[in-house]
Amino acid sequence: MVADTRLSTKLWAAANWAVIGFFLLNLLGMIATVVTSSFATRWLGTWFPAGWTIRWYSAAWAEFQLDEVLSVTFQIVFLVVLLSGLIGVPAAYALARREFPGKRLVMLLFLLPLLVPPITFGIPLATVLYRLGLAGQMSGVVLANLVPTVPFVILVMIPFIEQIDTKIEAAARVFGANTFKLFVHVLLPLLMPGILASLLLVLVRTIAMFELTFLTAGPTSQTLVVALYYAVFAAGVRAVQSIDAMAVVYMVTTLIWLVIALRFVNPTQIVGRGGRR
Amino acid sequence: MSAVPDTIPLQQRLAARGVDGLTLLVLPAVLFLLALFVYPFLYGLVLSFNPKSGGALANYTKFFSDSFLYGTIATTLWLALPVTLLTLLFAVPIAFRVRLLQHQRLLTTLLVIPITLGTVLVAQGLLNYLGPQGWFNRTLLTLGLISTPIKLLHNYWGVMLSLVITGFPFTFLLTLSYLSGIDPALERAAATLGAGPWQRFKTIMFPLLLPGLAITFCLSFVQAFSVFPSAVLLGAPAGPTRVISIAAYQAAFEEYDYSMASAVAMIMGVVQLGIVVLVLSARGLLYRGPAGGGKG
Repeated sequence: MVADTRLSTKLWAAANWAVIGFFLLNLLGMIATVVTSSFATRWLGTWFPAGWTIRWYSAAWAEFQLDEVLSVTFQIVFLVVLLSGLIGVPAAYALARREFPGKRLVMLLFLLPLLVPPITFGIPLATVLYRLGLAGQMSGVVLANLVPTVPFVILVMIPFIEQIDTKIEAAARVFGANTFKLFVHVLLPLLMPGILASLLLVLVRTIAMFELTFLTAGPTSQTLVVALYYAVFAAGVRAVQSIDAMAVVYMVTTLIWLVIALRFVNPTQIVGRGGRR
Repeated sequence: MSAVPDTIPLQQRLAARGVDGLTLLVLPAVLFLLALFVYPFLYGLVLSFNPKSGGALANYTKFFSDSFLYGTIATTLWLALPVTLLTLLFAVPIAFRVRLLQHQRLLTTLLVIPITLGTVLVAQGLLNYLGPQGWFNRTLLTLGLISTPIKLLHNYWGVMLSLVITGFPFTFLLTLSYLSGIDPALERAAATLGAGPWQRFKTIMFPLLLPGLAITFCLSFVQAFSVFPSAVLLGAPAGPTRVISIAAYQAAFEEYDYSMASAVAMIMGVVQLGIVVLVLSARGLLYRGPAGGGKG
């Protein structure tokens, strides 16, 4: 950009940095209080706690049955990621490569679940799943979580697929590959970065998805977010520190996956591609 | 010769219109969404007209005659609209700043962290951080900026702040990506012709960014509109932050009146989609040509 040395420009830049700094400072402060509190013995009315301990982690682990909650969370998330990939990627491929009557309607069908808040479609969906006897168990939670993630995978994958030259596919066809072989030997390797990126984002989204899981989960199918909500909601019975310890476990869990996701893809690219549709 | 159209097999005729084996790959996804999105939605719609007692419209009459219920619409909008506008107001200048940086990845990652926290952790963090004994009030007291702790929890402000924190990263990422889609040559040309920074923003960049901002507004608004856990944990769910999702949840899982809950969910959808359609149709009035060089 053209270098600009005017005072007003410099002031504006300084103001911008001040806002960014203020936001980050408070954000880190907020995270730091949770982490500090989770290691605190007693912390009342002072800057720092009276002493430090790690016993809240073992307390939280036992109290909230975290081993069970974590295993349920990962089973649900794994199933959601797998199924949304299996359903979403082929659909994205068809939409990227073919023009057919009713395509706009199909696109609208995939856009709507992302444009309507989860709680709006979650309530009728939970009602239907309860009638079918699926809600309250893991299958219901997985099905509910797939509703926004399948369209998400489709919308993120379409631009990735459009970038692949159709001549490569034509060449494979000339050499006698059928659609399945084409998929496994040509498309899958080329699409791997896109698939990994979209599935990792699905993973982060599903771990964090509160509403749909909350509406459809039973006592044995709670994920970490929902268990955390109940822990906070019933606060007073439990020590704040053990809830904070659980929150830290949650944060570390999602943060690991986000960092992995960011290694594969620049976040602005992925949203841009998805959003520009 | 007249029999020619009949001799073309159905398969080929369909293929000519773009329907072949490959197109059918879209079917599982379509069937899935028909079964788990469209069907429940229609089921809920029908259910909402079959109330526990009274005529077909009983639920809707009940909703719109009870201020405790219809008031939730205003409460929700009063949270969601300012939050969306505020996050946009922050995101645009910051995206303009970040765009100029050499190493934008680190800052972007830092700004995106709140996405991973989830509303529940943000609520828990804010309860600690903003409380009367929390670090925020403590710092302000020590600096002598205030004499008594500011009350930021269990009211409007607590919910609003948590929505800004969780909503900002998303708004920022979308704005940044739309901004990087605008060809920098356009701005350079304006600068060569002597336009100052404000003039360049006002006459070149902002109009080109507006269509993208409209989409960003919609997606951020959808997120803010569905506020639920933070309204319960940080707000005053019986009063000033009794949002519409709380009303829907209470009808479904506290009164077990699924018919009423569906009615509330339908009203929620109509209000929220109404605003999205309004914004998107306003977008139709804006410039919609190419804003970037090469692939869009």
